[in-house]
Amino acid sequence: MSLLEVNHLDVRFALRRGDVQALRDVCFSLDRGERLGIVGESGAGKSVAAFSLLNLIAKPGYIAGGSIAFDGQELIGLSDRALRRIRGHRISMIFQDPMMTLNPVLTIGEQMVECLKAHRRISTRDARAISLRKLEQVQIPSPEARLDQYPHELSGGMRQRVIIAIALLLDPDIIIADEPTTALDVTIQAEIMALLLELCEEHNVGLVLITHDLGVVSQVTQRMLVMYAGRVIEQGPTREIINDPQHPYTQGLLNALPQMATPGERLNQIPGSMPSLSHLPSGCAFHPRCGFVTRPDGSRRQACVDEVPAFVASGNCQAACHMVAEMIERERIPAEEQDS
Amino acid sequence: MTTASLSTPGASTAASTASRDVGATAPQTAEPLLSIRGLEKRFSLSGDFLEQLKFKGGKLVREQKHVHAINGVDLDIQRGEALCVVGESGCGKSTVARTVMGLITPSAGEIRYDGERIDDRSTKELLPFRRRMQMIFQNPYASLNPRMTIQQTLEEPIRLHHPDWSPAKVKDKVAEVMNAVGIAPDWGARYGHEFSGGQRQRIAIARALAVDPEFIVADEPISALDVSIQAQVLNLLMEAQQQRNLTYLFITHDLAVVEHFGTRVAVMYLGRVCEVAPTATLFATPRHPYTQALMSAIPRLEDDRPQHIRLQGEVPTPVNLPSGCVFHGRCPHANARCREEVPALIATDQGGQVACHGVEEGRL
Repeated sequence: MSLLEVNHLDVRFALRRGDVQALRDVCFSLDRGERLGIVGESGAGKSVAAFSLLNLIAKPGYIAGGSIAFDGQELIGLSDRALRRIRGHRISMIFQDPMMTLNPVLTIGEQMVECLKAHRRISTRDARAISLRKLEQVQIPSPEARLDQYPHELSGGMRQRVIIAIALLLDPDIIIADEPTTALDVTIQAEIMALLLELCEEHNVGLVLITHDLGVVSQVTQRMLVMYAGRVIEQGPTREIINDPQHPYTQGLLNALPQMATPGERLNQIPGSMPSLSHLPSGCAFHPRCGFVTRPDGSRRQACVDEVPAFVASGNCQAACHMVAEMIERERIPAEEQDS
Repeated sequence: MTTASLSTPGASTAASTASRDVGATAPQTAEPLLSIRGLEKRFSLSGDFLEQLKFKGGKLVREQKHVHAINGVDLDIQRGEALCVVGESGCGKSTVARTVMGLITPSAGEIRYDGERIDDRSTKELLPFRRRMQMIFQNPYASLNPRMTIQQTLEEPIRLHHPDWSPAKVKDKVAEVMNAVGIAPDWGARYGHEFSGGQRQRIAIARALAVDPEFIVADEPISALDVSIQAQVLNLLMEAQQQRNLTYLFITHDLAVVEHFGTRVAVMYLGRVCEVAPTATLFATPRHPYTQALMSAIPRLEDDRPQHIRLQGEVPTPVNLPSGCVFHGRCPHANARCREEVPALIATDQGGQVACHGVEEGRL
């Protein structure tokens, strides 16, 4: 049994014009010390997926179904009090914008001590000592002085280091990082990602990394999920998906990267844009933008328009696509005929 | 898709650049379309006169603090090329773009457009140049007026620059640019908020194209967009360049985009240009230590994680600029001369320019 198991998670937002389903049937698991990437464009539901793990979905959003089992314990339906013992303690979170996460009127030290005291019976002096050690771990220059500084006195990269130190404060089992480096510059991003990776490996902490940057995912994570319009459409080992994506959307996403095209030539674009969650197309949500709805022989694959595709296994990866299912089926039948 | 094709960006660019970097290989022969010399911009941090007065040692003194956004930038942009300016936030790349467009008055230096000085002109005198140069902004959510329909947004610049045109002619022109960017002309009655981010950026591009400019300044035009939409907008910009023979000044922090789009690249750090080179050259053989670190920091898709060059510390604030080379505090190769003397741009054998004492002395 994995450390974290998410099954058939449905999240909805109750709006005046009716419910909008932000997540449909999301399933994934995370082992101890494993690093999982969740990729997708804005509106795909990747942040909602991460927030729902700790029930951080604000109203009008709510978890409509499914289960989230952490270390054998069901998190959905848990009281706020019980959940608070897990939040920030065994599962901690790193948000995108470090300035929004840190309290501007408290010093770094006060915030760290506060966090420790909320979860442990500990003296202020010991808490400060632990905080100092964590700041050293994230390689902040002159950590002692930082404890008494306010967030605005630090640079963006330094603030994100503080956030990582706070996330590690209570030695969590899992860190959920929602676009941790999007607000930072490339050179700082590289340093922060390297640091996060190093600390996760060293302390055997699981990482759920939410990002839109396929380069970051490919360097940091072992497995990845690709999301589109509230569903997981492809999952598997990161390397295999990056090298040989099965789902047409994943293929399109990778092919659209400038480094995949000859400089000066047209980029391979995906036509159209992500549908709004309140007006999802029928069948496979990607079908209006997909180039594979029509088969190579010119016939139209009606299933793409009518049926929601189920996951099919292709090697170690799984893709939710009728075209992939058909191709696997076609490969399987001749093989069976040969056997008989 | 194979990783082999991914892992050799230098090799794949070398073959295709022969046709592209015409402007880069023969920059001296033709008069540049835009030429920037010794450009400087300081922003005051100290407020008005009274706020600048401070008591120090019993005396009343006037103190002024400045953000040195640009400190002596020289750049030439040739006709038909796409010059990309890259750098991290705070390096002054957007300030360069805005100064070129006349949205910010420079503190020193001069900007010549097609041989004529434009930085010291009044708004009225600038008008004929404004028709020839247009700007695309980063955030299409902020750059479109929410109270104007798309039709009105697109008609406004045409009416300003062509007051003699008949309403029918203006309408035709709007329809033409909307078609050119792939927005159906009958959507003109809609407002900006009814469009997605990618569509809004297309409208912003249509607005820039509406007056048939020859030079476009694009300040991070795709940074706010999703990957699949970025590709659409980049394709659109490249198409427009081919069809209309546009010249671009393209500001970005995304090096993958630069590699794909740029004819030449200028790398900026703390308000100075540290390296200018044709795109393929820069990506194959970056000379400046900062460029090298920047290149190595790009997250790539390849399997073997390339050891990125870890820079010491953070970018210093542009309020108190370091002496000498602005990069010396983080540079692994800095020596005494770097700490004192500001390096000038010198030409390299590969057709680029680099501002580094180490390269000049042959240490690097």
